[in-house]
Amino acid sequence: MSVPCKRITYSQLRSHFHDGMSILFGGFMGIGTPDGICRELLASGVKDLTLIGNDTALADTGVGILVSNHRVKKVIASHIGTNPETGRQMIAGELDVDLVPQGTLAERIRCGGAGLGGVLTQTGVGTVVEEGKKKLTLDGVQYLVERPIRADMAILKAHRADEKGNLVYQRAARNFNPVVAMAADFVVAEVDELVPAGEIDPELVMTPGVVVDALILAEEK
Amino acid sequence: MDAKKLIAWRVAQEMHDGDVVNLGIGLPTLVPNYLPAGISITLQSENGFLGLSPLQGEALPGLVNAGGQPCGMVPGGAYFDSAMSFAIIRGGHVDVTVLGGLQVDQEGSLANWMVPGKMVPGMGGAMDLVSGAKNVIVAMEHTTRDGGAKILKRCTLPLTAAGKVTSIITEMAVFRFIKGVLTLTETAPGVTVQDIRAKTEAAFAVSPDCKEMKAPKTPQP
Repeated sequence: MSVPCKRITYSQLRSHFHDGMSILFGGFMGIGTPDGICRELLASGVKDLTLIGNDTALADTGVGILVSNHRVKKVIASHIGTNPETGRQMIAGELDVDLVPQGTLAERIRCGGAGLGGVLTQTGVGTVVEEGKKKLTLDGVQYLVERPIRADMAILKAHRADEKGNLVYQRAARNFNPVVAMAADFVVAEVDELVPAGEIDPELVMTPGVVVDALILAEEK
Repeated sequence: MDAKKLIAWRVAQEMHDGDVVNLGIGLPTLVPNYLPAGISITLQSENGFLGLSPLQGEALPGLVNAGGQPCGMVPGGAYFDSAMSFAIIRGGHVDVTVLGGLQVDQEGSLANWMVPGKMVPGMGGAMDLVSGAKNVIVAMEHTTRDGGAKILKRCTLPLTAAGKVTSIITEMAVFRFIKGVLTLTETAPGVTVQDIRAKTEAAFAVSPDCKEMKAPKTPQP
């Protein structure tokens, strides 16, 4: 087996961290979030992060540990209810939270990764979500214009990767991972298993390796 | 009869064989327990799959429901990413969504995602579900804990979606929006139209076909 060229260590990832950076993350209540990368972010001391993903997990899981330890200045998410610390910091004015409907969040990130200027959706029309947004009426239907989201880095959790970075996710741990993989300047995946090129059937690749910059083999639990 | 069980039983009678259904957390998750014989539905889980079932045997890595709890999947299920999941939801591929409600009004608007200053968990997937599903059933207890009306002339809490609700099912009544008019179509056993008016702020019509709910004495389980 040749040495996978995209493989790096957790400590090598640190050179890509900087204060104030924005991070897109995969995961739904922590399922599909790269826990080892979250721990590395915490250990590195990087701060003033903007986190973008579905939810802020629990106070002690996934990206929740970054919120609990006050490393985050802004969260863009659809749900923060399972991590009481996010709500507490929001109410205390320590943390800026932008709540986005889940489907709209997925599409905004998809736009960011797909070279699109935005998407039109009926979701949020007539609610607080429409505040400050452009509305269009086409064929008698009202839509909100939802703009793209990109970030400095995307952190992914995949089950298998080959050395080219082709990824296969596991069950419902896929969720936002393939979406955020497209929308960041630097994309890193934490994987359970790393195999030589050719070991993953190209028909089964869920995220093509060309969008993945780095791979980290997950720490043994 | 327990109010929640009666509501879940009655919602289950709304299902058609083959329906694709998304169930909100809490009371709606009881609905599959009361499906009539011969009615089979496919459950969609917003975190990225079709074919949700209760956990049978050992939990599988990555397989959790939209509440983050380990669950099962029926044979013939499918996993997908969050963008696909919400394309299915917004795109009219979900026949029925069942959600709880804090308030519903006579315009068909629903409020169920925040109480300013008290509860701000985020809308998660609720706004997309209510905007996109073909049938939106609000399943909730008829009044607040202190007896106040929840079916109002106009919601006072921030909306989840405006004018998208198709039915309201409570332990007292079934309402449908017929040509945009909130219409009482069924009364629970032993409940009169007068009783319902006394606990409903909204103006509603009474269907000429309004009948008593044929509830079993003890819905199982």
